[in-house]
Amino acid sequence: MEVRAPAPEVVIAVEGLLKVYGDTVAVDNASFTVARGEIFGLLGPNGAGKTTTVECLQGLRIAERGSINVLGFDPRRHATALRRRIGGQLQQSALPEHMRVWEALDLFSSFIPGGHDWRVLMRQWDLESKRKATFHSLSGGQRQRLFVALALVNDPQIVFLDEMTTGLDPAARRLAWELIREIRDRGTTVVLVTHFMDEAEKLCDRIAVMEGGRIVAIDTPRGLIENHACGVCIAFTTDADDVSWIGGIGCVDSVQRHGRRVEVEGSGPVLVLVAAALVEHGIVPEDLHLEQPTLEDAYLHLTGHAQRD
Amino acid sequence: MRALWKLAWTEIKLFMREPITMIFSFAFPILVLVLLGGIFGARTVIDGDFAGVRMMNYYVPGYIALVVASIGLISLPVHLANYREHGVLRRLRASGVPEPALLGAQAFVSLMIGLVGGVLIAGLGFAAYGVSAPEQVGGLILAFVLGVFAFTAIGVLLASVLPNARSAQAVGLLLWFVMLFVSGTSAPLHVLPGWMKKVGEALPLYHVQKSLEGPWQGHGTETLELLVVWAVGALAALIAARVFRWE
Repeated sequence: MEVRAPAPEVVIAVEGLLKVYGDTVAVDNASFTVARGEIFGLLGPNGAGKTTTVECLQGLRIAERGSINVLGFDPRRHATALRRRIGGQLQQSALPEHMRVWEALDLFSSFIPGGHDWRVLMRQWDLESKRKATFHSLSGGQRQRLFVALALVNDPQIVFLDEMTTGLDPAARRLAWELIREIRDRGTTVVLVTHFMDEAEKLCDRIAVMEGGRIVAIDTPRGLIENHACGVCIAFTTDADDVSWIGGIGCVDSVQRHGRRVEVEGSGPVLVLVAAALVEHGIVPEDLHLEQPTLEDAYLHLTGHAQRD
Repeated sequence: MRALWKLAWTEIKLFMREPITMIFSFAFPILVLVLLGGIFGARTVIDGDFAGVRMMNYYVPGYIALVVASIGLISLPVHLANYREHGVLRRLRASGVPEPALLGAQAFVSLMIGLVGGVLIAGLGFAAYGVSAPEQVGGLILAFVLGVFAFTAIGVLLASVLPNARSAQAVGLLLWFVMLFVSGTSAPLHVLPGWMKKVGEALPLYHVQKSLEGPWQGHGTETLELLVVWAVGALAALIAARVFRWE
């Protein structure tokens, strides 16, 4: 007999969300759900409506239409009760210039009783050495880490992280990713707004791709790649003058040449067909290989934004 | 309540970390006292309601009212508008700070700053200009607290209706200067032309000053003035609570 896994508990349910600023539709009929314990990503270019969406979920903006349910609360009506149970690292916010790191953590932990020990968060987010530094004197990355720590100080059930790793150097980003996985492993649901492909691909369990206020796809990173990235991409280098004939091989969709490098896109058994044809033409490259399609390929396909250099 | 006290204490610490702001908050009324004290010296009022009273005795309660007004009309609106402009209020709101805690903390800080300013002026008045001690301390404290309440409410209202810190500063300074000249704090009301006197009487500083003056000079509690100050504060607080903006 098949044992069915228990249905995941839905902690966020959004249906037909509409938010308008003047003449601009910021979020257009967005619907999605987030299960407890997930890292859910909102991925999209600037101005896609990602931030507006999470701000509506936190009760910081009032949506014109649609239903929002976060942990059983409607953020429009029960914002205060909801904010005790969620945390938010906001994209645009600040602290008073002369406030010290430890003071901010101490102050914010006093707002909601029964939260984390802020000293632990200060260590986890690598702020120990800056504990007496004023907000004004912190670098962009340090401010960012402080904001994430502040978002977690009430031990929230859901945490909203908006462009959290912007301004962090690569090492700090890796560290932040590790910590986000830890947050999730402790049972906190994470909603992550980002425009970094690698971050979304490595971190998220599921991703909603947004463009122009609409959600154009929701799936796991794997699922997005499989369904929306092109089939197979083969790459190799050669000194041969003319390779345009490759386009005539069966199963090949396109051939592109960048200097010595040739990229072939296709589907099905394209790899063996191309390899055989190359040998036939006396071209025997040593570096012929398959390139795995990435989330970026799927994203570009979905949003139609060719951002390639 | 814990959030309120923690916020208030943090604000006081932040205030003390800005020496320029702090010096100016307290230096200005002291400067006015010293300058006018230098002009009037030990002279007494010759005519009007206060004939025989030393000039400086008359002015000291007025300067205390002036400090309270400068907090409510200038410092508080600029401070709150600045917080709003930079996203500090947004940050606080997202972390679940209730509006009453935020505004209550601001009111408490206004009271503390006002108290220090008031004590400085009174102390200097006693020491340098032979100003007599207040006659009814209880009534004076009541009047002072009500005055702070009224001007704090006005300050929050100004911060809410004005778009940014710069405009808050401009409008606040203008209001404060008008009140300074027509409310009896720079010259006794009876020397002003009739229309100016009427304007003065319509503005809250006049009533705060009157309500402080009564118990100080030993004329008893100015119940009517206290009621007016309370009513102005309550009305401003009511509107402020409705129009207050976090962003």
